[in-house]
Amino acid sequence: MLETLGSLATGFEIALQPQFLAYAFAGCVIGTLVGMLPGLGPLAGISLLLPGTFGLSPTAALIMLAGVYYGAMYGGSTTSILMRIPGEAASVMTCIDGYAMTQKGRGGAALAIAAIGSFVAGTLSVVGLMLLAPPLAEFAIRFGPAEYASLLVVGLIVLAYMSGGSMPKMLAMAALGLLCGMVGMDVMTGYARFTGDVIALRDGLGIVPVAVGLFGISEIILSAAKAREVSVRQPELRELVPTGAELKASVGPIARGSVLGFLIGIIPGSAHIISSFVSYGIERRLSKTPERFGTGAVEGVAGPESANNAAASGAFVPMLALGVPSGPIPAVMLAAIMIHGVIPGPLLIAERPEIFWGFIASMYVGNVVLLILNLPLVGLFIQVLRIPYRYLYPLILTLCVIGVYAVGQSVVDIWIMIAMGFLGYGMRKLGYEPAPLVLGMVIAPQLELSFRQALALSAGDYSIFVARPVSAALLALAVILLALSVRTALTRRADWRQRLGLEERV
Amino acid sequence: MAPPPGGASTSSGPDRGGLRDDQVSGAALAIAGVLIALQSWQYPIGSLAEPGPGYLPFALGVALAGFGALVAIAGGQSPAFRWAQFGDGPKALAILAGLAFAALALERLGYRITIAVLLLYYLGVLERRPWARTLVLTAIVSLGSYYVFARLLRVPLPIGMSGF
Repeated sequence: MLETLGSLATGFEIALQPQFLAYAFAGCVIGTLVGMLPGLGPLAGISLLLPGTFGLSPTAALIMLAGVYYGAMYGGSTTSILMRIPGEAASVMTCIDGYAMTQKGRGGAALAIAAIGSFVAGTLSVVGLMLLAPPLAEFAIRFGPAEYASLLVVGLIVLAYMSGGSMPKMLAMAALGLLCGMVGMDVMTGYARFTGDVIALRDGLGIVPVAVGLFGISEIILSAAKAREVSVRQPELRELVPTGAELKASVGPIARGSVLGFLIGIIPGSAHIISSFVSYGIERRLSKTPERFGTGAVEGVAGPESANNAAASGAFVPMLALGVPSGPIPAVMLAAIMIHGVIPGPLLIAERPEIFWGFIASMYVGNVVLLILNLPLVGLFIQVLRIPYRYLYPLILTLCVIGVYAVGQSVVDIWIMIAMGFLGYGMRKLGYEPAPLVLGMVIAPQLELSFRQALALSAGDYSIFVARPVSAALLALAVILLALSVRTALTRRADWRQRLGLEERV
Repeated sequence: MAPPPGGASTSSGPDRGGLRDDQVSGAALAIAGVLIALQSWQYPIGSLAEPGPGYLPFALGVALAGFGALVAIAGGQSPAFRWAQFGDGPKALAILAGLAFAALALERLGYRITIAVLLLYYLGVLERRPWARTLVLTAIVSLGSYYVFARLLRVPLPIGMSGF
């Protein structure tokens, strides 16, 4: 424990240096804007900012990108509460009671509760991350290729299962994503695959054009087609103070949301989205007056907002401890630190403590920055929303072109972005989820390498994947989840995901 | 990003008969899977014990075809497939066409000219904003973003033959 505190102190020494404070602040501001603007979610925001971090140290890059990530969580709640527009998917649940509170003239209080809940949850879950990641990394040092291959497969299957939609659709997207990740040179032999003689494709499809295309461009072209002017009502400053009763009612949901969100965050999947749905469902069930939900219950804002912020931190556990992304956002962040030559994995905490502890400390700092930014400055931020979308989207598209081109100085990346934007548009229309595709694409090289290394180690004997206990346990989990989905599909019974409304909303 | 609550993403059409969304998309995925598997078969597959570069792509192509077929087979209850649901398609394509122009022009015309043409197209042609405002905004954004990214952030942006 003392060792942890000592390391944390070192982390604060790093995070409180003026330059890192500035990066955390910049990340939080950009993230808040990204979360508020329809058409730009945290993933597209982080991807676009990626080229801007090339010139920074890996610590600074990670601090800034993390600021964007949880800044977007805060920002998304603002538009949900004031305008019933979820700036990003994790805020969908907040729309229901948050907007109802706005209609009752309590929008300011809803914003304050959301910000306080996010702050408490963010801080508590950073403690969880700090305590959990180092021992997990120590455990994972013993992992061999077989364990890694199984872990990555389970990650994809859990993501597909947790997303709550049709399992075959999710698995099809995961397979497509893995195939996208195999474009380019084979990791073991250097053989070029699916490149069609385009030299730029030999290095594979870049994560940035794919993420910006699937999550950014497709959303923009959908929103631009139905662009409408919105009216924004700016809350008065004195409305921001919640009443004693509102605060009291929020304590339980914030505490439960923090724990729940963190735990769900660790599991692969679109954790920040799922956790807010689960939290809303639980709060409604626990409430003595569930009928108030939907009409402006403060618990319906406090729980989900805390949960999605806690999940954002929880998602960093597997990323930092194992080097394995639990969803598309940590995947892009991993790509960001790999660009700087940092090798993610269980050795990261031991070998590069300044990155890990600087990052942890900056998350505490970031939470304070966001609390300050989001309450008094909310009026300033919502001015951005007054810009009509017909002016806004051409500007966002310009940013996409710059961001995507800047990564590799290649117009091929712009073409990939366009193709992915088109694909994403079709996927959204036909009910497909892009998250498994992006995660599959990112983990494909590592999965293929681990799979083939494991077979090389066992002289081609596939039993290596079940002979090693950790690998066997992981694969058993994958089989159980697949069996559960098959049962749900066959019996057509509503399982917990539908009861929580995940099927329709995610 | 998500549609606002109450979005009608899962509403099913009242009519019976005809193709369903999942049948069309599942079939497309299955065909893509088969094509990918066929292409992978051209690469060195290796053996079960010693997989080559074509092994996993082939297996995944087969898996994709299988999952696509499953989606199509189970898709009888999904919403009816209608071209009308792509009613915003022409505008979507028009927006993508602008980006395609950017991809073609960026390294030939240079960053500033390309972005200026792109913004004139989006604001003036697609959105029919007043021309005076469009021109001012175009000038500010194309020159301003070049200054911020190329000069301040030192992101190398292309300069075309014209020197812009």
